Amino acid sequence: MTDDAIVIEDLRKNFKDVKVLEGIDLKVERGTVLALLGPNGAGKTTTIRILSTLLQPDDGRAYINGHDVVKDPDAVRASIGLTGQYAAVDELLTGRENLEMMGRLYHLSKADSRTRAEEMLAEFELTDAANRAVKTYSGGMKRRLDVAASLIAAPPILFLDEPTTGLDPRSRLKVWDIVQQLVDAGATIFLTTQYLDEADKLADRIAVLDHGRIIAEGTADELKEKVGKDRLEVTVTKESDFDAALRAVEGAAAQSDPEERRVSVAMEGGVHEVKELLDRLERAGVKIEGLALHKPTLDDVFLHLTGHEAMENDQVTKK
Amino acid sequence: MSRSKFAIGSVKPEQRSKLYWMFSDSGVLIKRSLSHIVKNRDQVLGLTIQPIMFMLLFRYVFGGAINTGSVSYVNFLVAGILIQSAAFGALTTSLSVATDLQKGLIDRIKSLPIVGWGLLMGHVVGDLARNLIQSLVMIGIGLLVGFRPSASPYEWLLIAGIVLLFTFAISWIAAIMGLVARSVESVQWMGFFLVFPLTFASAAFAPTQTMAKWLRVFAENQPVTHVIEAVRALMIGTPIGNHAWLAAVWCIGIIAVAMPFATHLFRKYGGR
Repeated sequence: MTDDAIVIEDLRKNFKDVKVLEGIDLKVERGTVLALLGPNGAGKTTTIRILSTLLQPDDGRAYINGHDVVKDPDAVRASIGLTGQYAAVDELLTGRENLEMMGRLYHLSKADSRTRAEEMLAEFELTDAANRAVKTYSGGMKRRLDVAASLIAAPPILFLDEPTTGLDPRSRLKVWDIVQQLVDAGATIFLTTQYLDEADKLADRIAVLDHGRIIAEGTADELKEKVGKDRLEVTVTKESDFDAALRAVEGAAAQSDPEERRVSVAMEGGVHEVKELLDRLERAGVKIEGLALHKPTLDDVFLHLTGHEAMENDQVTKK
Repeated sequence: MSRSKFAIGSVKPEQRSKLYWMFSDSGVLIKRSLSHIVKNRDQVLGLTIQPIMFMLLFRYVFGGAINTGSVSYVNFLVAGILIQSAAFGALTTSLSVATDLQKGLIDRIKSLPIVGWGLLMGHVVGDLARNLIQSLVMIGIGLLVGFRPSASPYEWLLIAGIVLLFTFAISWIAAIMGLVARSVESVQWMGFFLVFPLTFASAAFAPTQTMAKWLRVFAENQPVTHVIEAVRALMIGTPIGNHAWLAAVWCIGIIAVAMPFATHLFRKYGGR
């Protein structure tokens, strides 16, 4: 039995003549994390804006917690927390005032709003700054307050739009830790990111979005498998052995790099393959200096799927 | 595992009627805007000083050259300055809305299960409060420089009613400008181009009789003049004519159109 917290069917959106989303289908099982991975301009933010009822889709349907985002936006809003790309907090108010205000707007009682604000301040290490105006906060502190604000009502479903973009390493780790805790507590998380390592670390499933289409979906391992297998890299000691080494591994899908005296071979199966390969090299009298097992990264995945790097700097300027 | 602070449903929303939440939501956001006044005293000070400068400028520099007949110029002037400062002051609504938009706060508010006009109402009511403070200061300064009103307490109440109704109406227009302009910078000049002609091409600083004919037709029939003439009549006893009810009709008409339109814009296009 599946229990999907988020269901997206053939979602489409144009801005004027530009097709931003060209038919997206996705499901997110309750209690899991889905990372929507893609370069700037791929349509990640548009997707989040539609799912959080900020934007109307042109076509297709989306259900959050069973509620239609177009027909029943208020029920959707009561089920979600949203952290957008900007630290959406009131700079003139203090951290505590911001959180208490958000609690009240999520329709918590006054007492609950106060208690929750206190808890969130402690959880996000903002207690010391609680009574200071937010405009005096650092970027990382603002972001933490921003995430805290979306968690104040403990919503079952969370949207995080590039939650760690522009964060210092410490704040980034804090946000990762919180995401982990949220999942442990049973929340469903839909996050977007441009960082492959972030998707790899946080997400149960990853959907790769490029030019308004989902071009791949699966677990990090499944995506990596698409690109290729693990590769065994062998560095030979003497240059004169290089050709002998190449002959020895002939037949296996091999790549060579004479400059580095390195031969790499795609691995089909398990450990016995490694042993067999080493035996073949030994029989050929090749001395080995180094041995490394190289697992494909999500960078490889992205390059393989889209033909371009994950970060396209020339696209960074967004409308 | 110990019970996490993040556990779903570890807090539950209160169960109340829709009407209750309508008042609660707008109340929370009004409180926010009111606390902005306290926390942003510099802005309030700036907004109050400018009309005071105008008052002194017209009272002592230009005033002597403007013929207001049997009414002393300072008595003529106060109603005009009061309404002009209300109109310029309303632009803080545009600024606040544009700032919220730029900071992404409007996105967050829109993702909450609250009434659509809540945030805008917060800024508009904040504007009313700020304008009330400003108006009292202005009248005080007016009294110091020779303003001698003849209004009864009942007439003062009517004056307060008209000024607040006017501020409320123009603040909703300002809210629309804030949503359309989308940036703090463009709000500044948009507001200037709207408020400048409406307040100067009016009966605020000089009687309309000496204006060029085309300008006079505009000046005598536009809402700001009706509001000014109504307030002036109540303050110093000049003939009120149709001005009071025309002012009320204009303001209520503007509110009836601008408030739903602003809410619509907020919901549909308020993002970026």
